[in-house]
Amino acid sequence: MASEMEKKEVFDTESAKDLVKELRASFGSGKTKSYEWRRTQLTAMLKMLDEEEPQIVAALREDLSKPELESSVYEIAMLKNSCRLALKELKHWMKPEKAKTSLVTFPSSAEIVSEPLGVVLVISAWNYPFLLSLDPVIGAIAAGNAIVLKPSEIAPASASLLAKLVATYLDSSCIKVVEGAVPETSALLEQKWDKIFYTGNGRVARVVMAAAAKHLTPVVLELGGKSPVIVDSDINLLVATRRIIAGKWACNNGQACISPDYIITTKDYASKLVDSFKNELEKFYGKNPLESKDLSHIVNSNHFVRLSKLLDEDNVSSKIVHGGERDKTNLMIAPTILLDVPQDSLIMNEEIFGPLLPIITVDKVEDSFDVINSSGTKPLSAYLFTNNKKLKEKFVATVSAGGLVVNDTTVHVAEHTLPFGGVGDSGIGAYHGKFSFDAFSHKKAVLYRGFACDAFVRYPPYTRGKLRFFQAFLGGSILGMIRAVLRWSKS
Amino acid sequence: MEKEVMALRECYRSGKTKQMSWRRSQLRGLRDFLKEKEVEIFRALNQDLGKHYVEAFRDEVGILNKSLNFVFKELKTWMSTTEAKLPIIALNSSAQLVPEPLGLVLVISTWNFPLALSLEPLIGAIAAGNAVVLKPSELAPACSSLLVNSLPNYLDNEAIKVIEGGPAVGEQLLQQKWDKIFFTGSPRVGRIVMSAAAKHLTPVTLELGGKCPAVLDSLSRSWDKEASVKRIIWAKYGSCAGQACISVDYLLVEKAFSSTAVELMKVMIKKVFGDNPKESQSVARIINKHHFLRLKNLLTDEMVKDSIIYGGSMDEDSLFVEPTILLDPPLHSKIMTEEIFGPVIPIITLDKIEDSIDFINSRPKPLAIYAFTNNEVFKERMISETSSGSVVFNDAIVQFAADTLPFGGIGESGIGKYHGKFSFDTFSHYKSIARRNLYTDFWFRFPPWTNYKLELLETAFNYDYFGMLLVLLGLKRSRKRFHIN
Repeated sequence: MASEMEKKEVFDTESAKDLVKELRASFGSGKTKSYEWRRTQLTAMLKMLDEEEPQIVAALREDLSKPELESSVYEIAMLKNSCRLALKELKHWMKPEKAKTSLVTFPSSAEIVSEPLGVVLVISAWNYPFLLSLDPVIGAIAAGNAIVLKPSEIAPASASLLAKLVATYLDSSCIKVVEGAVPETSALLEQKWDKIFYTGNGRVARVVMAAAAKHLTPVVLELGGKSPVIVDSDINLLVATRRIIAGKWACNNGQACISPDYIITTKDYASKLVDSFKNELEKFYGKNPLESKDLSHIVNSNHFVRLSKLLDEDNVSSKIVHGGERDKTNLMIAPTILLDVPQDSLIMNEEIFGPLLPIITVDKVEDSFDVINSSGTKPLSAYLFTNNKKLKEKFVATVSAGGLVVNDTTVHVAEHTLPFGGVGDSGIGAYHGKFSFDAFSHKKAVLYRGFACDAFVRYPPYTRGKLRFFQAFLGGSILGMIRAVLRWSKS
Repeated sequence: MEKEVMALRECYRSGKTKQMSWRRSQLRGLRDFLKEKEVEIFRALNQDLGKHYVEAFRDEVGILNKSLNFVFKELKTWMSTTEAKLPIIALNSSAQLVPEPLGLVLVISTWNFPLALSLEPLIGAIAAGNAVVLKPSELAPACSSLLVNSLPNYLDNEAIKVIEGGPAVGEQLLQQKWDKIFFTGSPRVGRIVMSAAAKHLTPVTLELGGKCPAVLDSLSRSWDKEASVKRIIWAKYGSCAGQACISVDYLLVEKAFSSTAVELMKVMIKKVFGDNPKESQSVARIINKHHFLRLKNLLTDEMVKDSIIYGGSMDEDSLFVEPTILLDPPLHSKIMTEEIFGPVIPIITLDKIEDSIDFINSRPKPLAIYAFTNNEVFKERMISETSSGSVVFNDAIVQFAADTLPFGGIGESGIGKYHGKFSFDTFSHYKSIARRNLYTDFWFRFPPWTNYKLELLETAFNYDYFGMLLVLLGLKRSRKRFHIN
């Protein structure tokens, strides 16, 4: 009876306040700042990912019908890599960086010291519930912070498993998981955090940033957008098709922020492209993709209905050239390709986040850039398949997005030397690798001066002579300085 | 105003501002402005704040020239693409980081260093290739006019606009969509700016303020004592009369040392600022009546006025406040809880100087901490146990002039940083580019999924090249399987 009442305990503003107070005390004790603590947590997380892999895979299967391979590779293996990298580089990242000093502050020495921000909030998403929860947490731990993680309630089995695992393996006096939905998130957002790291959509991101503004809390917002793929004609079509499929349907059935959202290709090439897709899709998922075990399902009926609406719109449903099959009971939609949907259709104006792939055709492939830039928003990623060097250069110069990939899709997310984040509507800030450490650190400037040289020139009384000296000094001219001093002594 | 903003966007879209030649020409224009209009600039600063022209040069014009020189030297490097290292498994791939401008940015400046705090961010925004709207502070009207009327003659007006006005204009500007907002000012307005930015998911840099403490250890050598006190009082009274975000706000000393410190301060103030600082203009004026009265209230507060031990005279007509020292005013008085922003220094005495760490930590994080000490252990503790935008040992304010140190706050004192390359970075987006070719492919990347593919992918992700080989040769023991298909 008592435990049932405990479970029903509501997490409200008071609870959130107490939680933050507790974590501030933990952080204040200095525990999380030590190298040892950070190492122990990262090692424990690695152990957790190893030992609990079957449970994690099971939770992902329950929430998303995610194929085991996607869970093992795109969530667990990626997380393990992040842990390992952090463990390997931690000492190096924690070291202060020497900064050069110039004549202006001579004599002096300076360094930039990384220090933890304090108590941080990580709000995660439902499509990669483990990866998008723990990857930022890895960065926050490496940087020495106390952390609250709020996983998405739309993937409830994963959220609940995360809560259990974090409590079991990690230091729960400094790292906590809060489960819940809008009320709990709102309670958390009312508190003062030293950083908020949010992964999700633009609408909620605005709410998060507005809440952060009240406390002048810095934010990282990992959002999404319509990531376009430009397909040129003179390419290895087979490889390109496979890579697009790998980035779209093999990534949570298109429910990924970096999934190719739509394709732009030339009118002449479109039918070849469609045929190539048809062939490869059948090879990968069989004649009956609705029953394939290698595809994730749509996460819930809300999104299923949303995606169905996109397909059923007038002037859109007639443009389906492949797929379109749906299974409402199992929340499954087959890989679907559409050709030449109208630019003002719903499907071309919101992030699809599902297994639907519209193909837009243009006269010449160079026209693709106008199509992308005319949307007025900058996507999280943009992809180009071509062998044409000039086209590659124009792509890099004119398309603004979080990250670009030439001749592949989504791979940039696995590369820890590349900052992963958006720009404009696709987000603020970046992470992965050292960028995660930096995202959760404050870079404090430290300047050491001695008492030796006290430039009397900087003090009043102010004279023309001092002015001349400053002009030379701030201009970096030693000769000028000498001249100024000599003129002084003359006058 | 919307039309103006749209026109600026169009200009940015044309790609003009991205060119290195455009950026250099604008920076040259700024350099010419500072050179040709120097007299007008000094006059305006004197009019708005009573700054002596040497102070104006030292703190504003000279700093800007130094920054421009640095940018000219480094711009090419900053604009270049950098290669990102990839692991061996990414054979035949390469990756780069390309800095690109954010687009159309808004710079909102403030009144205490009206030239420096308008043009320093402007330099960064131009260097990064953006189109810019600059809104100077209406509280420094002579400088604002100068910027609105003269600056356009030196810059490309299609891409860079200066818009004058007060809070109403500021509000209108904040309703537009910007690709970045750079704000210098108070935390109160900082919140308003960030809330407005949140509506458009616009990233912000907020350079705010706070109470920057100076900690004066009991130094033994008289040279050290004199130099420290001189630097402290200069950092308090000598730069815009203490109306600077990085001014020394209050001083912490050990009780045993306090009388030495106070005596030395009195001597130094006379020595440095002379007998009549108002006449010699060695101490600037208070910006306006509102702030003058604010300071007056802080000083005439019942709880506080008895702690005045030096100075205290105020002249409302000339908006002049004499360099003033307080000793141990009550900690809960306004002067100890609000940013002073004026030529008044409260001295708080502590039992041991190490108590300063707890004192500082019990208050909001400041923009800077200034510690005057030779004690290496204490220095270490100060760095690792406190948090602030920056820490300076044995001096104050000079960190502002360093091009290689990030200048910015944390917590209540701000978000983001600038100066030097940090200015360029704050107005740039670092776009990652991953390049692959279409020849090689890892067949195990694609469905249908099997255990074998899983093994290979795992070894690949772990960069376990030897393991991969074993799997391929069929020699690796397969791991425990659980419910795969």
